[in-house]
Amino acid sequence: MMPFSPKPPMPSWTRPCGLSESHEISLAGLSFRPSLSGALFAPEQGALLVADLHLEQGAALARRGVAVPPYDTGLTLAALEAVIAETLPRTLYFLGDSFHDAAGHTLLDEALLLRLRTITEQIETVWISGNHDPAPKDTLPGRHVAQARIGPVTLRHEPSRSPATPEIAGHLHPGAGIVQRGHMVRGKCFVSDPRRIILPAFGAYTGGMSVRAPAFEGLLETERASVILLAREKMYRFPFARVS
Amino acid sequence: MFNGLREACGSVKFHFAMADLHHRIAGWFAARGWTPRPHQLAMLQQGLAGHSALLISPTGGGKTLAGFLTTLQELAEPHAHDGIHTLYISPLKALAVDIARNLEAPVREMGLPVTIETRTGDTPASRRARIRSHPPDILITTPEQVSLLVADPAAAHLLRNLRSVIIDELHAIVTSKRGVLLSLALTRVRAHAPATRFFGLSATVADPDALRAWLAPAGTTPVALVTGAAGAPPDLAILESEERVPWSGHSARYAVTDIYEAIKRHRMSLIFVNTRSQAELLFKELWDANEDTLAIALHHGSLDVAQRRKVEAAMAANALKAVVATSTLDLGIDWGDVDLVVQVGAPKGSSRLLQRIGRANHRLDEASKALLVPSNRFEVLECEAALEAVAENAQDTEYPMVLKLDVLAQHILGRAVAGPFDAAHLFREVTSAFTFRNLPRALFDQTLDYVATGGYALKSYERYAKLRQQPDGLWRLSHPRLAQQYRLNIGTIVEEEMLKVRIAKVRTVLGKRVATGGFVLGELEEWFLSQLAVGDTYLFSGQVLRHEGIDEFGALATRAPGRDPRIPSYQGGKFPLSTYLASRVRRILANPAQWGHLPPQVRDWLSTQRWASVLPDENQMLVETFPRAEKFYMVCYPFEGRLAQQTLGMLLTRRLERWGARPLGFVASEYALVVWGVRDMGTMIAEGKLSLARLFDEDMLGDDLEAWLAESNLMKRTFRNVAIIAGLIERRMPGKEKTTRQVTVNTDLIYDALRSHQPDHVLLRAAWDDAAEGLIDVHRLGGLLKRIKNQIIHRDLERVSPLAVPVLLEIGRESIQGSGDDALLAEAADALMDEAMRLV
Repeated sequence: MMPFSPKPPMPSWTRPCGLSESHEISLAGLSFRPSLSGALFAPEQGALLVADLHLEQGAALARRGVAVPPYDTGLTLAALEAVIAETLPRTLYFLGDSFHDAAGHTLLDEALLLRLRTITEQIETVWISGNHDPAPKDTLPGRHVAQARIGPVTLRHEPSRSPATPEIAGHLHPGAGIVQRGHMVRGKCFVSDPRRIILPAFGAYTGGMSVRAPAFEGLLETERASVILLAREKMYRFPFARVS
Repeated sequence: MFNGLREACGSVKFHFAMADLHHRIAGWFAARGWTPRPHQLAMLQQGLAGHSALLISPTGGGKTLAGFLTTLQELAEPHAHDGIHTLYISPLKALAVDIARNLEAPVREMGLPVTIETRTGDTPASRRARIRSHPPDILITTPEQVSLLVADPAAAHLLRNLRSVIIDELHAIVTSKRGVLLSLALTRVRAHAPATRFFGLSATVADPDALRAWLAPAGTTPVALVTGAAGAPPDLAILESEERVPWSGHSARYAVTDIYEAIKRHRMSLIFVNTRSQAELLFKELWDANEDTLAIALHHGSLDVAQRRKVEAAMAANALKAVVATSTLDLGIDWGDVDLVVQVGAPKGSSRLLQRIGRANHRLDEASKALLVPSNRFEVLECEAALEAVAENAQDTEYPMVLKLDVLAQHILGRAVAGPFDAAHLFREVTSAFTFRNLPRALFDQTLDYVATGGYALKSYERYAKLRQQPDGLWRLSHPRLAQQYRLNIGTIVEEEMLKVRIAKVRTVLGKRVATGGFVLGELEEWFLSQLAVGDTYLFSGQVLRHEGIDEFGALATRAPGRDPRIPSYQGGKFPLSTYLASRVRRILANPAQWGHLPPQVRDWLSTQRWASVLPDENQMLVETFPRAEKFYMVCYPFEGRLAQQTLGMLLTRRLERWGARPLGFVASEYALVVWGVRDMGTMIAEGKLSLARLFDEDMLGDDLEAWLAESNLMKRTFRNVAIIAGLIERRMPGKEKTTRQVTVNTDLIYDALRSHQPDHVLLRAAWDDAAEGLIDVHRLGGLLKRIKNQIIHRDLERVSPLAVPVLLEIGRESIQGSGDDALLAEAADALMDEAMRLV
C-alpha cells in the first residue's frame, strides 16, 4: 500500500461561480449571462435563474441504501450563496426540481434549512414546480407557481415541444461531450437555440444527460443551437454540431 | 483435460502406489493404456493425508485431473449425498461449464456415483434452487459465486461436509481484485468447514511461495508444493522478414504475408495480439491476403458470446486453420490441435509469453512451437529479451494483489447478509487471509464504519445505516432489502460502459435515411461509439462498418465493404512491459556483443545511434535534447511502460512549466518519453538554468503529484470503480442506463465533494492505492526515479537521434492521457477560433 497522505486540495470548498460576459446568450432581445456554477443571470432584470437543485438527493439515495457522502445539499447551497453574492439579484427563480423528492424539504437538516430560509427571505423568490417536487414548499418563503415570465420569456420546468413564446427551462440536465485528441471531455452545459435556453442541473451530485440523447430530439433547432460547456476553470462555447 | 496421460510414471518413488487407486479409477486408466503422472499421484497423496497443496505445472500437465483425483477416490464408493464435498472454482465462466462436461464423461465411464452441478452467473434460478435443496458432491463455480454462497444464511448447512476446494488458474486469479474477494470468501468457507483441503492449480510463476501462503491461513505453514514435470523446451523464433520493420506503430502490417505463409504450413495456428483493435486490424489484413480462403477466425472479448462460442467449437473440432485472439484465449482448456502460436506485437512479459506458447501442443513431451512478430523496432529488442528469458524459463508474474479496502467493504456487507457478526471476530477472520494479513485494526474499523453508515464525518445519515450494532454487540443488517442489493452488486469486475453494435437495415423515408436495428455483432465502449458521426467507418468484428447512429438499444451500423476504416480505435495495450523484460532490453542495448541475433536493419539502427548520440549503460538513463522545426525536444528513455511514463510526462511538464522552459506537450511510449516546448532545454541545461538531477528528483511524487491528481481524470475513473465495488453506488443494470438520468449519481461529482470535505475517507484511500498500482503506476515511477539517481546522461544534439525517431513518430498519433479537461477544451475551442479566422 502506498503512503497515503490525506491533504485537502483546497482550504475549503470554492466552487467557481464566475459569470462570463463573453458567453452572453440573448433570447427575445434580453441578455443572459451564464455562470460556471450553472446559474443564469439577467443583469437588466436583476433576475437569477437556477434549475434542478435536487436538494437532499444524497439523503434520498441514503434512504434506498446508497450512502453517498451527505455533502450535496451543503455544496449546492454554498454554490447558490456564492452566485448570489456575486450577482446580488432582486429576484431568484427556482426552475423546478429544487428538492429531489417531495419529502426533501421537510427532512432538511436544521442548519441547512436556516441557510435556505435566509436566502429566500432576503431575496424575492419564485418557486416553479417540477416533476420531483410538485407540491408547494409551504415551509419556505416565496411564491409558488407553475410557470413565470421575464418580459417576453416564459420560465418553466419542462421545455415544451413547441413553445408559443421564447422559454427558459431545466428538467433535462443537459450535458455535452467534446472529443479532442481522441478523448471525450464531458460536462454539464447550457444549451440554447433562437427560441430557448435550457439550464444545466445546479445540484452538486446531479450529472448531465447528453444533448444528443433522444430526450432532446426535435426540441432544438440544431443548426442554430450551441452549447456552453462548464469545465473546472472556465466555460467553453461550441456549435451544436461539434458535440459528440 | 485428460490429454497427455500416456506418459509413463517417472523414476520418482511414491508412497502411494497405483494399487491403492480405487479399482474403478485404476481400471479406467488401464482400459485406456494410461498411467497417472507423478504429480497427479503426489496431489492425491497430499489430499488423502488431509493436506492442502499447490500444483505448479506447465499447461498440458493433466492439472485439472490432479486436482480432482482425491475427490474421485473418496467418492468412488456409494455414499450419502450429504452436502457439497468439493468446490471447484474457475475464473472463467466458459471454463467452468467445460470442466463440468469433461468431468462428467470420465465419471460416467468410471461408473462413479458422483453428482456434479455447475453454478455461474448464468445459471437460472430454478437450477440454483435445486443446487441449494439437493447439493451435489462436486459444485463447479466461479469466484463471485463462492462469495454469494458464503453470504447465504444456509451456507453452514450447505458446506457442513465440504472436504476440498480446488482453485484452477490460481496464478491468474491472485493478481486481481477477484482473487482478493475470493480469498475473503475462503475464510468463510474455512470457518464453516475447518477440515477442508485447498488445492491450487497454477501455471509456472515467479514466486510459488506467495501462492502457497495465499492458500493457507496466515500464520500457519504454507501448503505443500507439488511440481509437474517441465515440458520440452519450446521451439521459439522471431520472425525474419524480408520486409522493413517499421519505426513505430503496432499494426505489424509488414509481416502479414509472412504470417499467412506460416498459417499455411501448420495444422492450426493461434495468433495472439495485445489489443482488440490490433486483432481487428490483423484479421482484416489476413483476410485480404487469404487467396486460399483458409478458415481464419477472430476471437476477442467484445464479440457477441454466441459468436465466440462458435469459434471455440470450431477450434475444438479442428475446423479452423487460424484464430486471431486477444487475452480471451490466454486461459482455458485445450481447443483443438494448435501446433503454432504466433505472438504479434511485444510479448510484454516472460511468463505471459510462456503461457501463450503453452497454448500450442498440449502434450508435454513435444516442444511447443511459437513465432514472435515484433511490430516495430523497439519491439524487436523486446522480443529478443523475451527469447532469452524463455530460454532460461525466467518468470515475471506479478505478486498476489493484497489489501483492497473496497473489496473488504463488499465482503463485510456480504458477511452481514449471512447473519449477525462480531467485529473483533470478523477482524480475526479477515486477517487470516493472506491478502489482509497486514490489515491494521483501525483501517478495518474505518471500513466497517463505511459499510455501516458511509463513514462520513457528518453523521446526518445515521438513521439510514445499512448495519447497526445491536445491544448484544453484534452487527446486523438493518433491512432485508440490502441483501438483495448486495447480491445484485456482487463482484469486482467493473465493465466499461458498453453499447451493443447491431447491423441496421436502412430505408429511405421521405428522402431521409432511417436505420432500424438488426442482429447484434457485439459490444463496444460507449466513449468510442459516441465520438462517431453518422457516416464514419470503423473496424469491428472483422468488417468495416459504417456508423448509422445510436438509438435506445445501442449503436447501429451497416457494412461498408472494401473501404478503409476512417476512425482508428487504437488503445494502448493493457499490459505494461514487465520490469524484468525492461531491464533485459536495457542490457541488450548496452551490449553490442549481444546484437548478433538482431536483424541487420535493427543492428544498423543501434550502431547509428551510437555514432550520432550514445547508447546508455544498463543502469543509466539517456536524455537527449535537440531542436526540430522551430520547437525544442527533450527525449528520455526510462523503459518503464506507458502508464508510468505518462505520469512522468505529466509531472515533468508541470515542473518545466514552473522553471520557465515553456513545454507544449508530451507523448509517452512503452520505452521513451518526449517533451517539446518553446525554449531550448539543451541550452538551459548547458547554462545551468535547468538541472536534470532536480528535474527527475523523487520529490516530484510529493506536491506535484498531489496537484496533478486533483484534476486528473485517471483518478476519477479509478474512484468510480472503487465506489462501485465498495457498494457506494449501484451497478448500472444492462439496458437501464440510458433511462435513469434522474437517479444516477455522478461519481466525478461525489469524488470532488469527498476530496474537499473528507480527504481521509476510506474510499479515497482505496482509489489512491489502486491508481498508484494501476493507471498512474506511481510504484514503478518511484522505482525508476530511485534507479536513475546520479545515472542520467545528457546529450545535446543538433538533430533528432535514431533512438528518438520511434517516439517522435507517435506524436499526433497518440492521444494525451491525463491532461486536464480544461486544457483539452481550450484546445478544441481555439481550433474552432482558428478555423473561423481563416474563413474571414
